[in-house]
Amino acid sequence: MIWAFDLITLIFLVITAIISLQTKDLLSAAMIFGVYSFLMCLLWAGMAAVDVAFTESAVGAGVSAVFLIATVLRTTRRSSD
Amino acid sequence: MKSFALIAVVLTGWLLLSAVSDFPDWGDTESPANDYRLSQHYITETFPETSVPNMVTAVLADYRGYDTMFETVVIFVAGIAIMSILRRKPLDHLKDKGKETRTYKKDPDLIIDTTCRLMIPIIQLFALYVVAHGHHSPGGGFQGGVIFGASFILLALSRDLQAAQRWVPEKRVLNLAGIGILIYSGFGFACMLLGSNFLDYEILHKIMPATPIEARSHSMLGVEIGVAFTCTAIMFSIYSNLASNGDMKETL
Repeated sequence: MIWAFDLITLIFLVITAIISLQTKDLLSAAMIFGVYSFLMCLLWAGMAAVDVAFTESAVGAGVSAVFLIATVLRTTRRSSD
Repeated sequence: MKSFALIAVVLTGWLLLSAVSDFPDWGDTESPANDYRLSQHYITETFPETSVPNMVTAVLADYRGYDTMFETVVIFVAGIAIMSILRRKPLDHLKDKGKETRTYKKDPDLIIDTTCRLMIPIIQLFALYVVAHGHHSPGGGFQGGVIFGASFILLALSRDLQAAQRWVPEKRVLNLAGIGILIYSGFGFACMLLGSNFLDYEILHKIMPATPIEARSHSMLGVEIGVAFTCTAIMFSIYSNLASNGDMKETL
């Protein structure tokens, strides 16, 4: 695993995690959560765990982001806390 | 209260981080997980015992087949739970859903419509490849099923929910989800009927045109197809319940 690629991915992972927790707009929080899942998928692929990376990209970045967006559009878009 | 939560988070984080230094290095051959003879057995004996090149699938669908069967049941139960919470009308009203006038139809957008028309068949073909090739390359029933369900979600997003429900109406979704688990457990009970243990696929060579070792590989493909059925159905069911607010009419 290339250490520079690893480092950049991990830094972006922490940034996206903090942003998706802190942002008040729940729609963008759901989108950034999808980005977080995709970065996690890159990390799994880098560690040669291709099956896990595949599942993460299909379930985490793909379907669960859509579920979250559907839920946000059906409830409220702004977070109160 | 907030400061108390902060102290708890910092303490837990410190505890977790202090354990990091005790981890073995990535890919360490001397680490406990790699040192134990069970992992050696999986690495060296998987192909001779099952004729499946992908070790992950062999462990998931054969050595730990009982685990994977109940993971599928967990997905099934999750879908049923979401449906029982969100669904608002009884199932009898849905019989002639296709004939109903589409009051919620959106104006078709040329770019989105054409792109999805081109992409959905390719996504579905790729999903079928992932399922069918799951024991030779990365992938398998869960991933393939989720991708197949995502293609129906894309159809529902690009047009409306009724367009997707022409292909997977709610009744068919529930049937598919149940049939998937029936396929998986059917392979287990077929082994029992032939006089072996539950999910011990080797005995199935008696009813398959294959050697005992190839029978394991073919049965793994069979149970993965069952998993893919359940995953496809439940993914679309969760989406359609969430997106339509439970009445299966409106889309986003």
